[in-house]
Amino acid sequence: MTLVNYADIEVGQPLPARSFPITRTDLVHYAGASGDFNPIHWNERFARSVGLPDVIAQGMFTMAIAARAVTDWVGDPGAVLEYGVRFTKPVVVPDDGTGAMLHVEAVVVDKLDDFRVRVELTVRSGDDKVLGMARMLLRLS
Amino acid sequence: MPLDQSFTGRTYPPTPPYLVGREKIREFARAIGDLNPAYFDVEAARALGHRDLVAPPTFAIVVSLEAAHQVVLDPALGLDYSRVVHGEQRFEIHRPIQAGDEVNVVVIVEKIRSVGGNDIITTRGEISTVAGERLATAFSTLVARAPDEVPA
Repeated sequence: MTLVNYADIEVGQPLPARSFPITRTDLVHYAGASGDFNPIHWNERFARSVGLPDVIAQGMFTMAIAARAVTDWVGDPGAVLEYGVRFTKPVVVPDDGTGAMLHVEAVVVDKLDDFRVRVELTVRSGDDKVLGMARMLLRLS
Repeated sequence: MPLDQSFTGRTYPPTPPYLVGREKIREFARAIGDLNPAYFDVEAARALGHRDLVAPPTFAIVVSLEAAHQVVLDPALGLDYSRVVHGEQRFEIHRPIQAGDEVNVVVIVEKIRSVGGNDIITTRGEISTVAGERLATAFSTLVARAPDEVPA
């Protein structure tokens, strides 16, 4: 596994852009693994009854997937010191055989002391920016 | 109905101990489609300096769920859980959660406010080993949408 070195990082450096498909099966799988059985994430009838356009992805699932754009790059997931997001728009996952696509871009925005760097993520589904203020603080080697 | 403001600052008792197992870490990593060897292969995790399999950064939500339920399902608080959406989430990771950690969570109500008819509650979960080593702090903001509002 390649590990990213602090010395080689420059502010403004983009990380490899990533795209992740999300299907209903993924939402059910995540519900089971995480213990979040809120029906808005798997039951279309219920989602619509509470005013949602369709089933939406768990915010935590979107957050977890987006993190991969950074942890795959850095190699060691233990490098993550802080990770925060705002859930600005729901990721709607239709039951149409395709689902949704999450597009993740990330850039190094700050180099700090003690081998720490700050990364900002831009996460979109369709035309919507689905996460806001998405930032990760990492400690590199 | 606005939430009971007197809940601000309230600290709930620690959750029962949760033993983080290797298979639970693997199951969670598979569910998020993340095949990083540090989640699956003990030797790979050790090569990175971890004692055992390391959990993905957002795994802390699994162990904090029960703690959060103490608050959001507390009938005295009056939150309409059927209208709750996740507003914000932030983790501060003091030491990554690893297989073999026995952890509990203390949840504190940080802030309660009402904006445009939406009830907004922020909780802080302190995740530690039962021996007292701090592992992570999870800040969660939940929004109970006003009944007549169509979500964004």
